[in-house]
Amino acid sequence: MSSIDLDRWEVVIGLEVHAELATRTKLFSAATAEFGGEPNTHIDPLTLGLPGSLPVLNSHAVELAIRVGLALNCTVQRSVFARKNYFYPDQPKNYQISQYDLPINADGFLELPSGKIVGVERAHLEEDTGKSTHIGGGGRIHDAQYSLVDLNRAGVPLLEIVGRPDLRNAEDARAYVSELRAVLVAVGASDGKMEEGSLRVDCNVSVRERGAAEFGTRCEIKNINSLRSLGRAIDYEAARQVDLIDSGERVVQQTRHWNEDDGRTHTLRSKEGADDYRYFPDPDLIELDPDPEWVERIRAELPLLPAERRHRLAERVGGSTEAVALIVDRGLDVLCLAAIDAGADAGRVVTHAEHNLSDERARDLDPAAFASLVRMETDGALTATQAKTVLAELVERGGDPASIAAAKGFEAMDTSELEGIVDGLISAHPDEWQRFCDGDVKVTGFFVGQVMKATGGKADGKAVTALLNSRTA
Amino acid sequence: MDEPTTPQAVARISAEDVAKVAALARLRLGPGELDRFTHQLADILAHAEDIEALDLADVEPMAHPVRLRNVFRSDEPAPPLDRDTVLGQAPSAEDGMFCVPPVLGEAP
Amino acid sequence: MSPARALPEASLGTAIDTAAAVRSGDRSAIDVIEERLARIAADEEQVHAFNLLSADAARDRARAIDEAVAAGDDPGPLAGVPVAIKDNLCTRGVATTCSSRILAGWEPPYDATVVTRLRQAGAVMIGKTNLDEFAMGSSTEHSATGPTRNPHDLARVPGGSSGGSAAAVAAGFAPIALGSDTGGSIRQPAALCGVVGVKPTYGLVSRLGLVAFGSSLDQVGPFATTVADAAVVCEVIGGHDPGDSTSLPQPFPSVVEHLDDGVDGLRVGLVTEMLGEGIADDVGARVRAAAEALAAAGATVEEVSVPAVTYGLSAYYLVAPAEASSNLARYDGVRYGVRVDAPTAGEMMEATRTAGFGDEVKRRIMLGTYALSAGYYDAFYGQALKVRTLIRADFDAAYERFDVLLSPTSPTTAFAFGDKTADPLQMYLNDVCTIPTNLAGHPAASVPFGIGEDGLPIGVQVMAPALGEIVMFRVAAVLEGAA
Repeated sequence: MSSIDLDRWEVVIGLEVHAELATRTKLFSAATAEFGGEPNTHIDPLTLGLPGSLPVLNSHAVELAIRVGLALNCTVQRSVFARKNYFYPDQPKNYQISQYDLPINADGFLELPSGKIVGVERAHLEEDTGKSTHIGGGGRIHDAQYSLVDLNRAGVPLLEIVGRPDLRNAEDARAYVSELRAVLVAVGASDGKMEEGSLRVDCNVSVRERGAAEFGTRCEIKNINSLRSLGRAIDYEAARQVDLIDSGERVVQQTRHWNEDDGRTHTLRSKEGADDYRYFPDPDLIELDPDPEWVERIRAELPLLPAERRHRLAERVGGSTEAVALIVDRGLDVLCLAAIDAGADAGRVVTHAEHNLSDERARDLDPAAFASLVRMETDGALTATQAKTVLAELVERGGDPASIAAAKGFEAMDTSELEGIVDGLISAHPDEWQRFCDGDVKVTGFFVGQVMKATGGKADGKAVTALLNSRTA
Repeated sequence: MDEPTTPQAVARISAEDVAKVAALARLRLGPGELDRFTHQLADILAHAEDIEALDLADVEPMAHPVRLRNVFRSDEPAPPLDRDTVLGQAPSAEDGMFCVPPVLGEAP
Repeated sequence: MSPARALPEASLGTAIDTAAAVRSGDRSAIDVIEERLARIAADEEQVHAFNLLSADAARDRARAIDEAVAAGDDPGPLAGVPVAIKDNLCTRGVATTCSSRILAGWEPPYDATVVTRLRQAGAVMIGKTNLDEFAMGSSTEHSATGPTRNPHDLARVPGGSSGGSAAAVAAGFAPIALGSDTGGSIRQPAALCGVVGVKPTYGLVSRLGLVAFGSSLDQVGPFATTVADAAVVCEVIGGHDPGDSTSLPQPFPSVVEHLDDGVDGLRVGLVTEMLGEGIADDVGARVRAAAEALAAAGATVEEVSVPAVTYGLSAYYLVAPAEASSNLARYDGVRYGVRVDAPTAGEMMEATRTAGFGDEVKRRIMLGTYALSAGYYDAFYGQALKVRTLIRADFDAAYERFDVLLSPTSPTTAFAFGDKTADPLQMYLNDVCTIPTNLAGHPAASVPFGIGEDGLPIGVQVMAPALGEIVMFRVAAVLEGAA
């Protein structure tokens, strides 16, 4: 399948993300909501759909839903639980309690690190289903001899976050999920683990010719379990749809299954026209209308969100959007701001945070030590290379940067000593020197490397370059 | 209040509608049953014409007699049911799980 | 079919007297149980009130109560009182079938809240009573275990759906029983069997452990031989249950304390729409006689029109089946109950449900599925919910002028087996007077008030506004004294 002509075609993407909420118990009953466990050990009458069982809403699930709603700039509103009726062996009541025409959170948005705004139509509460394992036929659903049902997951609270079709490429789609995950984790609503299924992404894809007013017919892609799959699935599906249209066929609205192994989307055995979920208000539950005071208290207790942290950092450092996003993503923004407050140069701080602090333990770095390291560097007491080495040691073991530098024998190199070494190298390598003088900048690296070799890495690369330039005059 | 089965009443629901509804509800009807149920359901729906005719555009629906809101449970786990007892009631179980014939098709 | 004959009157004493005797040590609980079990042994074969008898468990429990009394403990206000439980209330480790093939043999791992509360009050369960399958019916003919017979005339139905509970009390098998009432399933069989039956205000009695039929309509309540016994049971089983989101956060009103307050100065409304067409003359006459009795006791009585109640039946037969269609989806042969095997899971579910449900249940599931389905929701289910609003508003208007409303419970006395099974709509019309209170969520009681031309019991319905149980019971007590 060819890649599509983006001058002609526009891809339209809307994502539905299901996040398992980090509660101790299920949405409507007191069975544990822990991940995993021996099959069918997290069960109670409601989880099993026993006759006579009744749901009672978990207040913490509501609080987490509200946190996410507020973080996504939604309106938190009066809502009603409805039953979505369909038969399936891992759906114990053969209906799912969800929210239909009145979701708890409506009409918000998410700001991506690039600054792009993506609309969020709603974020509503619903129950998860159990899990079916298909036995025989190599585990493939259509060839199985029988299926086994584990209801541990049934009834675990989910927040379904329905994004608007505002995304236009796979990269933005990945950024959206990644940002959403960061928000969910930041507010403590979910652990955000795609691999454990606590974050599940369904993806609606359509294509249209650029300038067209209407959206094309969309397909929903399920079974996407990593950010990488999301990108691949979108690219594959968009190309498939363009090929269909180019060959004079029509895109049929359907649900498709992403297959990681062959890198394609496949149509599911469809029951066209058979789906009629007969939503109606669940008569076992009463309406949910959170007190405004409760909502405001939750709002006041929200941590700073990734977008706010990016804005705050960018105001202080003015670094590139990517660097700022990366630093916030690594959770290093608080450290950076504290180091800058302690007098460290903002540019050097960002450079280190971006390039030299990928270790998770960097978050625990003492801002004062970090700041004093950067000061040593800007004062010329340490070269950039030496600073990097000391920083690594600080992350690894902590301590005082001056002592670490001393212990490693890092002392500021005397300028005359460096001049001697440079002059010696110029004499020893006349050909290279001539090329340098002729403007071949690639040779700079050669001389810097030689100096580093001669000084055991103590020399400052920038100082070496400056010296070389001064000798050409 | 007794409404006889009229041709109009039969038109309230067709055999095709009943067959579709039975399929949605996972019920299978034999040919004779389909006719009988269609007539009976049509009778009942014909009786409901009295409320269909009402203009209630401005009336709020009442889904529930209780005017409570915000009834919650705290997020405290309770001991689970005993798995062996539960699976002992199941028509078929294996490896601690409920066993069912092969499932065709994914959940929606 | 046995020849028609009436069983002896239930004359083995009230729950209140029995409990008093057991608590004081005048009578042993085991003696009480044996006496009832003997009555059951004599007549149950003809009546078929029970799906299951728990005689041994009842004896064990009675002995434990006797030991408690001997040790100086008080087993509670229903000490040693035998109680029959409708077989749609969950009883831990005791089969709960809803009179359906699909639940044959299923033993719940938990007790319904009302069952727990009865036990805590010292009551002794003697068995699970027959009902129309999943409480859908008005005659107890739609039962997988066969029909229950009316103790007053074994050729006639006991009413339904709680026919087994009503018959058990009428036959003297137990002084009290529990039923559930979705559209009249306590009151109508109480009327047809000549006993007291009460449907409390929606939300006053927990539904946890009651197998759901129409969740926004279902309410558990008592059968008893006296109004006072019914009042005691209401106070025992009622009150807030945190396990039911629709449970009101308050105790059951103090009905026992006010039973003897009389009706002097109360305003009683006779509902015009429930005294006209379709109501048998002898039934209507007894309702007017009841009104006169109340007037004689100091109440003022007037006729009052509650126009929207005429739409009750139509609204009910959309709302209740809609909820039922979803509530009964869980019976699929996967986790409990019976299974009919088939090559795929979907076919297995279909085969199980097709074989497991009776015709009346299938009819209502299909009706409800239709009422909720795409394209019909607004016309049927949505419209029915609006009619509920109308009915409640009309009741509210009536209750501004009246303390209680009076009507027949059932349009006729007990009818013969097979009379109405062929025509579902005729069967549904039995509940025309009881349905509106379920739609509104209001309380109502049926009190025996004499007999009809056929010599069979007639019940008068006392309706009250939400939480109006105290005044409802006062009126019921006066009617009982005047009957």
